[in-house]
Amino acid sequence: MDGYAAPDFANIEEYLDSQLKKSLLRFITCGSVDDGKSTLIGRLLYESKMIFDDQLASLKNESKKFGTQGEEIDFALLVDGLAAEREQGITIDVAYRFFSTDRRKFIVADTPGHEQYTRNMATGASTADLAIVMIDARKGVLTQTRRHSFIVSLLGIRNVVLCINKMDLVGYDRDVFDEIEADYRDFASDFGFEHIQAIPVSALAGDNVVTSSENTLWYDGPPLMEYLDTVEIASDAQEQPFRMPVQWVNRPNLDFRGFAGQVVSGTIKPGDGVRSLPSGKTSKVARVVTMGNDLDEAVEGQSVTLTLEDEIDISRGDVICADKSPAEVSDQFQTTMIWMSDSPMLPGRSYVMKIGARECQMQVTEQRHRIDVNTRAHEAAKTLGLNEIGVVNVALDREVAFDPYDINRRMGGFIVIDRMTNETVGLGLINFALRRASNIHRQSLDVGKDLRASMKGQKPVMLWFTGLSGAGKSTVANLVEKRLAAMGKHTYTLDGDNVRHGLNNDLGFTDADRVENIRRVGEVAKLMLDAGLIVLVSFISPFRAERRIVRQMVEDGEFWEVFVDVPLDVAESRDVKGLYKKARAGEIKNFTGIDSPYEAPTDPEMHIDADKMAPEEAAELIISRLEQAGLIGG
Amino acid sequence: MTTLTHLDRLEAESIHILREVAASMQNPVMMYSIGKDSSVLLHLARKAFHPGPIPFPLLHVDTTWKFREMIAFRDALKDDPNIDLLVHINEEGVEQGVGPFSHGSAVHTDIMKTQSLKQALTKYKFDAAIGGARRDEEKSRAKERIFSFRSAQHRWDPKNQRPELWSLYNARIKPGESVRVFPISNWTELDIWQYIYQENIDIVPLYFADERPVVERDGIMVMVDDDRLPLEPGEKPEMKKVRFRTLGCYPLTGAVESEASSITEIIEEMLRTTTSEREGRAIDKDAPASMEMKKQEGYF
Ligand SMILES: Nc1nc2c(ncn2[C@@H]2O[C@H](COP(=O)(O)OP(=O)(O)OP(=O)(O)O)[C@@H](O)[C@H]2O)c(=O)[nH]1
Ligand SMILES: [Mg+2]
Repeated sequence: MDGYAAPDFANIEEYLDSQLKKSLLRFITCGSVDDGKSTLIGRLLYESKMIFDDQLASLKNESKKFGTQGEEIDFALLVDGLAAEREQGITIDVAYRFFSTDRRKFIVADTPGHEQYTRNMATGASTADLAIVMIDARKGVLTQTRRHSFIVSLLGIRNVVLCINKMDLVGYDRDVFDEIEADYRDFASDFGFEHIQAIPVSALAGDNVVTSSENTLWYDGPPLMEYLDTVEIASDAQEQPFRMPVQWVNRPNLDFRGFAGQVVSGTIKPGDGVRSLPSGKTSKVARVVTMGNDLDEAVEGQSVTLTLEDEIDISRGDVICADKSPAEVSDQFQTTMIWMSDSPMLPGRSYVMKIGARECQMQVTEQRHRIDVNTRAHEAAKTLGLNEIGVVNVALDREVAFDPYDINRRMGGFIVIDRMTNETVGLGLINFALRRASNIHRQSLDVGKDLRASMKGQKPVMLWFTGLSGAGKSTVANLVEKRLAAMGKHTYTLDGDNVRHGLNNDLGFTDADRVENIRRVGEVAKLMLDAGLIVLVSFISPFRAERRIVRQMVEDGEFWEVFVDVPLDVAESRDVKGLYKKARAGEIKNFTGIDSPYEAPTDPEMHIDADKMAPEEAAELIISRLEQAGLIGG
Repeated sequence: MTTLTHLDRLEAESIHILREVAASMQNPVMMYSIGKDSSVLLHLARKAFHPGPIPFPLLHVDTTWKFREMIAFRDALKDDPNIDLLVHINEEGVEQGVGPFSHGSAVHTDIMKTQSLKQALTKYKFDAAIGGARRDEEKSRAKERIFSFRSAQHRWDPKNQRPELWSLYNARIKPGESVRVFPISNWTELDIWQYIYQENIDIVPLYFADERPVVERDGIMVMVDDDRLPLEPGEKPEMKKVRFRTLGCYPLTGAVESEASSITEIIEEMLRTTTSEREGRAIDKDAPASMEMKKQEGYF
């Protein structure tokens, strides 16, 4: 364990009392490989008398064996605790260390600088209030400095200490320091940092770590330790509206039904009105239960158990919110993701999202862009590789309660888990909902078309493919359905094959039968819309009137006429099924295009020039039009 | 506005973790080692699920070489209606007569503790084992996640740990795999004592100084807890006022001379001390990375 500074106190009770008043600050060290992060933490622990005699003795021994400083103590070895780290002289995974001063307790996460281990750096940063960004004075701002600073900013850390290290190796030169500081401030100007404190240090020699250094008389700011001890970290978590994700429903007997969780923002008292999301049901808090005694009030950070005045159905994963200012509810989001796996993020693939106490299925519907960590330029890219950052739209299989990450970290941060390997492959921050659910304020709801559709993360629509025999309707419809399925959409295709042979096997090709055929298909498709599906209908449907009948059966905007257009001679020359040949030979009567007219749509939702376009292109076009119309994805 | 203290925050974090294990794992168990950290963990578990019972059993892996006072303290828990206590002993090891004197501390610990633990986890098909390890105890522990993944062979891969963001724990595993969960990862030894003091938590009396029979070996004071300790020629147990900073198998746990007979005195003594808690443990000293190696093999 880490040691404790010899206390200065009159009696032990007084000391314990003063201990209890200490605040807690969590910070990380980050920056490029070998910039001296671990050395700095080791130095901080050592200088603040946190290292016990036996630990110091073994440190001296190991410094000789593994150290990078010859006979001298290698402070990094205090923190680099894995055998592989000591052998290679680098940090691989985060180390959590603890120390305290008279005012504060500190939890520090020393993170690896190596790019390969960026995900471990993000692990450390996710719980930090402040970041120390280390820079080697000889090298200045490097790519990894930028990447880490960007992640620090994304994760919502607003306080940065810029430690310009190894000042001993540049003769404690002020100009070097000033230049790097200016460079960094310029680069980080739009990172939303509230304060950047630059300090010239030598982690190795101890300059400006705990005490001000004689070597940098030109620097009039505080040494690092003093700064950490006094920096104010603003938190408005208690002033925010009440949120508590339910982790556990506590039902020891018939008379007690409590909802256990940690308050992630705001405060709560008996009598306060609450709303459970996503259901929208409301009640009032009856008791705030903890072991020992009920509380008059619970605040952000506390783990409690609430009982409510009404019997409402709440389960693990639901979020209990302040009645008057509830969280949002949606199943589609624009997010920012950091990818943390060797296998790239694949749009369309199904992942598990964990947000709060809820796990749900998640699909990436669209990658908007990737962000270059050096320039922060937006690049077009369809996937994200290891350690890449991008803006990504996702759709879930159910609605979840959330707040945007920059408003509430615990309500807007999520992890992405691979369904096959169970690895944590990404982290995400919700930027905003792409589709706000209509049910935020509803008391309870009937199961209807909207609900069924939103549970599927889509809007119901009927794509009516019309065109000559052999135009490619089924081929294109098929490709579109595949694309939709890959995006996690729920679809069904109706075409001559599965309708004529079953439902409509009593119908022939007389005019009356044709009309009845289309009517039945329209009705079936309508039921499917009501079930929330995306229905693809692929029928020659040569007559405008028939198609108009179907259009009028469904709601505005639900019927999409897709005209798959090829000239007759092209269709006839393809003649996949040999039908044109038979029609020309008179073996088939009333064949569309030969002895029966095809009435081309006058104003179709989509017109596909199928002789100039490959089926794949046509499918792509249709998907992008559906997206533009906000029917799928974003 | 209510201000939470540092201990309040640690407590709330631990309770959150305990509830996550209970809710997301099929068959969790809490490792109960009878020491002060276990006492704190047990107290936190009671708090997490109050007024309900603790929704998982406690498991003590008994090496048969624990202090007698520890066993008495453990057995007192059997009367608690809120607790389901399991005790596992590696019977093969007992048959072979494995012990710290006959086989040496390393073999003894491996067979009666590490292997025994794996046996128990396999026997009861536990998919999560909650432990009271803290990151401040040892340098490889400082590197470990709160939800720490174990392969079907119970192995820890320190170079390939799952990222752990915010307080979102990935509890998903395949059949046969398991997780070790460390709810008090972020507590220090001082936090533990302060919490014991604040919450008035019952601990084994061995933590308090008392006159006890000890012999000194290789600079370590060993308590003569029963007649299985072979005395060397000329060696005679001496009564000394001693206490223990950590508890384990009595022949492997060093006592310290002390006058501290209350929690406050223990804290006071601790603040003045210049050696670390684990120094009294023979097991950590074999090789620099010995804890990491043991952990990889399935030790807690
Ligand atoms: N001269 C000098 N050397 C330093 C200073 N700080 C660190 N070093 C040396 O720089 C090397 C790398 O230090 P580490 O502390 O391991 O660097 P790190 O940033 O933790 O590296 P990673 O964690 O692997 O990214 C070691 O050899 C240190 O002894 C310094 O202030 N001056
Ligand atoms: Mg390092």
